[in-house]
Amino acid sequence: MSDSPQITEQTVGAAVDAALAAIAEATDSAALKAARSAHAGEASPLAKLNAAMRDVPADQKAAAGKLVGQARGRVNQALAAQEAVVLAAEEEARLASEAVDVTALPSRWRAGARHPLSLLMEEMSDVFVAMGWEVAEGPELEHEWFNFDALNMDEDHPARSDQDTFFVAPQDRHLVLRTQTSPVQIRSLLERELPVYVVSPGKVFRKDELDATHTPVFHQIEGIAIDRGLTMAHLRGTLEHLARAMFGHEAQIRLRPNFFPFTEPSAEMDVWQPNAKGGARWVEWGGCGMVNPNVLRSAGIDPDEYQGFAFGMGIERTLQFRNEMNDMRDMVEGDIRFSQQFGMVV
Amino acid sequence: MRVPLSWLGEWVTLPEDVTLEQVHEALVKVGFEEEAVHTSELVGPIVVGQVLSAEPEPQSNGKTINWCQVDVGEAEPRGIVCGAHNFAPGDKVVVSLPSAVLPGPFPISARKTYGHVSDGMIASARELGLGDEHDGILRLAELGLDPAPGADAIALLGLDDAAVEINVTPDRGYAFSIRGVAREFSHSTGASFRDPVAAVTVVDAAETFPVTIADAAPIRGRVGCSAFATRVVRGIDATRPTPAWMSSRLRLAGIRSISLAVDITNYVMLEFGQPLHGYDLAKLSGGITVRRAAAGETLETLDGVVRTLDVEDLLITDETGPIGLGGVMGGASTEISDATTDVLIEAANFDPVSIARAVRRHKLPSEAAKRFERSVDPRIARAAATRAAALLVEFAGGTLDVLGTDLDESIEPGSIALALARPEALIGVPYTREEVIGSLELIGATVAVEGELATVTPPSWRPDLTDEASLIEEVVRITGYDRVGSELPIAPPGRGLSRTQRARRRVAQTLAAAGATEVMAYPFLTAAAIDRFEPGAVAVKLENALDAQAPFLRRSLLPGLVDVARRNLSRGLTDLSLFEIGGVFRPEAATAYGTDTNPSGGALPSDAEIAGLQAALPPQPWRVGAVLVGDVTPKQPGQAPASSGIADALDLARQVGLALGLTVTAGAGAHPALHPGRTAEILVGDVVVGVAGELLPAIADDLDLPRVVAMLELDLDAMLAHAPVQVAARPIGTLPAATQDLSLVVAEDVPAGDVLAAVREGAGGLLEHIHLVDDYRGQGLPEGSKSLTFALRFRAPDRTLTAAEATEAKLAGAALATTRLGARARE
Repeated sequence: MSDSPQITEQTVGAAVDAALAAIAEATDSAALKAARSAHAGEASPLAKLNAAMRDVPADQKAAAGKLVGQARGRVNQALAAQEAVVLAAEEEARLASEAVDVTALPSRWRAGARHPLSLLMEEMSDVFVAMGWEVAEGPELEHEWFNFDALNMDEDHPARSDQDTFFVAPQDRHLVLRTQTSPVQIRSLLERELPVYVVSPGKVFRKDELDATHTPVFHQIEGIAIDRGLTMAHLRGTLEHLARAMFGHEAQIRLRPNFFPFTEPSAEMDVWQPNAKGGARWVEWGGCGMVNPNVLRSAGIDPDEYQGFAFGMGIERTLQFRNEMNDMRDMVEGDIRFSQQFGMVV
Repeated sequence: MRVPLSWLGEWVTLPEDVTLEQVHEALVKVGFEEEAVHTSELVGPIVVGQVLSAEPEPQSNGKTINWCQVDVGEAEPRGIVCGAHNFAPGDKVVVSLPSAVLPGPFPISARKTYGHVSDGMIASARELGLGDEHDGILRLAELGLDPAPGADAIALLGLDDAAVEINVTPDRGYAFSIRGVAREFSHSTGASFRDPVAAVTVVDAAETFPVTIADAAPIRGRVGCSAFATRVVRGIDATRPTPAWMSSRLRLAGIRSISLAVDITNYVMLEFGQPLHGYDLAKLSGGITVRRAAAGETLETLDGVVRTLDVEDLLITDETGPIGLGGVMGGASTEISDATTDVLIEAANFDPVSIARAVRRHKLPSEAAKRFERSVDPRIARAAATRAAALLVEFAGGTLDVLGTDLDESIEPGSIALALARPEALIGVPYTREEVIGSLELIGATVAVEGELATVTPPSWRPDLTDEASLIEEVVRITGYDRVGSELPIAPPGRGLSRTQRARRRVAQTLAAAGATEVMAYPFLTAAAIDRFEPGAVAVKLENALDAQAPFLRRSLLPGLVDVARRNLSRGLTDLSLFEIGGVFRPEAATAYGTDTNPSGGALPSDAEIAGLQAALPPQPWRVGAVLVGDVTPKQPGQAPASSGIADALDLARQVGLALGLTVTAGAGAHPALHPGRTAEILVGDVVVGVAGELLPAIADDLDLPRVVAMLELDLDAMLAHAPVQVAARPIGTLPAATQDLSLVVAEDVPAGDVLAAVREGAGGLLEHIHLVDDYRGQGLPEGSKSLTFALRFRAPDRTLTAAEATEAKLAGAALATTRLGARARE
């Protein structure tokens, strides 16, 4: 082993200097790999010096070992440090090359939307559900008895004329498209145990041509509460609660005398909108009253024992003044731009 | 009802300088909604002028104008150009002076025209807003007026008056009168009310004009006529003008001036609420009989229409036959004309139901019928006839005759028992006894109190007061609705939304989140639209559809969604994903729905009757439908457009399924409106719950739609019936998975879904997941076959699977596909 290098401070120092210089010059992964191989690999001068340890006399082994060990340590440390620098620089360059124009990214999915009338019905229903009321439903094609007679509208009531009501042919079979969601109230009174507290949102039909303020198909939410000892004050309290939920805490309710066959006393309900566009104002919102004893009798309820109140309002109308809409046609035509301006919020 | 303020003020004391707004406000409080205000919109100076001279001056345009000198009460006459010719020097006319404004608005100024400076304008009735029936200049002599030049014509013609218009609810027929509105104004404000009826002194006629009420067929047990008063005035001059104040009030009340006699009957009707009719007595033959029509009888009404009568029609007849449709419209044969000298005034009381039905039958609404339909006070017929006769004597120059009729068979209003504690119990306001009794007495009821019970007899003009609740309403109304307190009732604990309601909301939210926009289409369809989607299907038909072409109710949401898609496309919105959740109407063939009879209200029908009503309706299931057109995502930088098709419809079906807790699958399907090769039935297990596909291109073409219109419709009720109420969870395996691919060659017409199902079944429980990654056809494969590649993931719950185990399971899957579908492994 005559060609084994001598382990001296010069030989070790030269190997280390050469290694550190090569490492410092390596500014990318490939160069660093080459430097590692040349100066820390099996054929590197330091490896050869290390191999020469076996020829070192025993009394010098400790000093030589220390010299070589420290040298390899320095080189490996330098390699690790440079590797971190190189990787960081390379990652930085890669990130820079991967940059995109975030203002020009393609969209992967389409945004849909709920119809604001549906959302409004849900929101109003939820106000009642939170108070323990339930949401009742019934058929849109309804029997006249449920739509009229049970609601104290006898056969000669003007609303029963074919000017106002859609009749199913043949007319003498007594089927109509419901003109109000009130028949659901009768069904609820027949089907449920007393006391009953329900609201019925849904679609109703009246024979009006479509224009800016009328549509032959529209939506209502009506409520009925039948219990012992309910008074008109409970009616007002309920409506005030709803008004506040829908229009803010300062909303108020005003009742004015009116006439509906199914309630007595009856009232027209105005709501005070503190935040209306163009200034606070009273807006006509719906009808209400104490349930007419004849309606209770139609459902087999003794009006001397139970009494209660009922109310109803148009969803389209509510949307009109709550969300500042002018033209009813926008609500029914299905133009996607209409629903999409609401998205998922009404 | 329009209420001129001057007229209202005659019977109730109005505050000084009362405004229209104040009157409205007072009436709203007692239940009469504000409809409108009516003013003349005139601004003075508009004065009386006397034409001193009128020089005709022919013009180059062929017209001849009059250059007039008009005395308007000033030192010098004014020169005015006038194009009309129906006046002469000496006539008194109305002159709008410069700075006046006529309705339009049409401001008047001194202006140069036809070579003169016209210093004002001579006005026509039309220009003053007095009506449109007279052309030419208004000559004051025609109105029987002879005022001094310079007098204020606005006051003279009653044009300074104004009216409020209120909505009268159907229960308050009495408020279709100045009498009723004045009374209510008094109730609202406390102002003092004078009853115009009480101002008339009624004396029985000295000789009876014979009237017989012979109603052989009362409707719903109600005799058609309960009172009939007549008065006779002889020797009138029917051509005399209606007094200006009267025509002014009529005009403001919305009634056109016709002739003096007709105007007087209308005037009394408006004031009392009692419709009247005037007959030319000379044209009457014998006495009057009130009866129902016989089948086939005809009558020519005042509007010149010959009407075929119905046996329910209530007629006024004389010896010649029908002379009037009672309470609705008079007949032509006895109409008052300019030549009439002797007049019989009729004031009768007709039953609301008879009249309402006649109006509907003959489509003949009238001012009289409007009042009778809502009930007229039966006790005022004689006073109204007397008052009309007196006005005829005063303004038409006649004399009251001895002849008349004083028939009153009306029934006394029944009394109603009212426990004095009930108003508080129903309204929640602690009313005092005095408030309850006082309110009822104020509206004209008689109240007899014994202990805690009141016996209330309503006034004759309030037939709507029939029970305790109606009396309580009066107490609330009179004491003010603002007295009602506010208290939130405590409902018993509720169950929240039903499962169905929650499910529908989830479906709607899911579809919106999946990019679809909710719409609501009308359910009215044409026969063609029904037939297009379900040839030969039975649909509910409306008797009186708005659009006679579209009388059918939808059986499916798809036709409506297609219509909405077309509307959006026509507005340039080309990329659409629309959905609707709603009811459809699905009658079954050869099934009669509805009932022969209809129970009356006010009492619970028998169980059998209720069951009959419930069973009378056709099935109305809830469905969800969707229609997709155009691109899901448009062309964008680095991304080609993704156009929508049946795959998107199927994806929405899967989304709906997930929203309901269901895994839906697709199978090849068929639908008459859909592409035969692109139609899928949507299944939950083995149950078909809907359809997805692409519209037949021929139909798309007919409807001006793009070639590809994808659609989906699902029966929500059916899906919910199969949906889990709650989910049973499986444990999640955490041991390593083994993944393998499997390529199988099958005939091209073998559905990939069937192959996948066979592999899944054959591979058994170790197969955790499988999906189709490739469908290859072409080089290297036999003609007519395809290669399907599946990615499979295996996992065991209790051990790490070896590759051998996974391969074994995979081969078992392939083997079943081979047995079932002839699949072979691809080399």
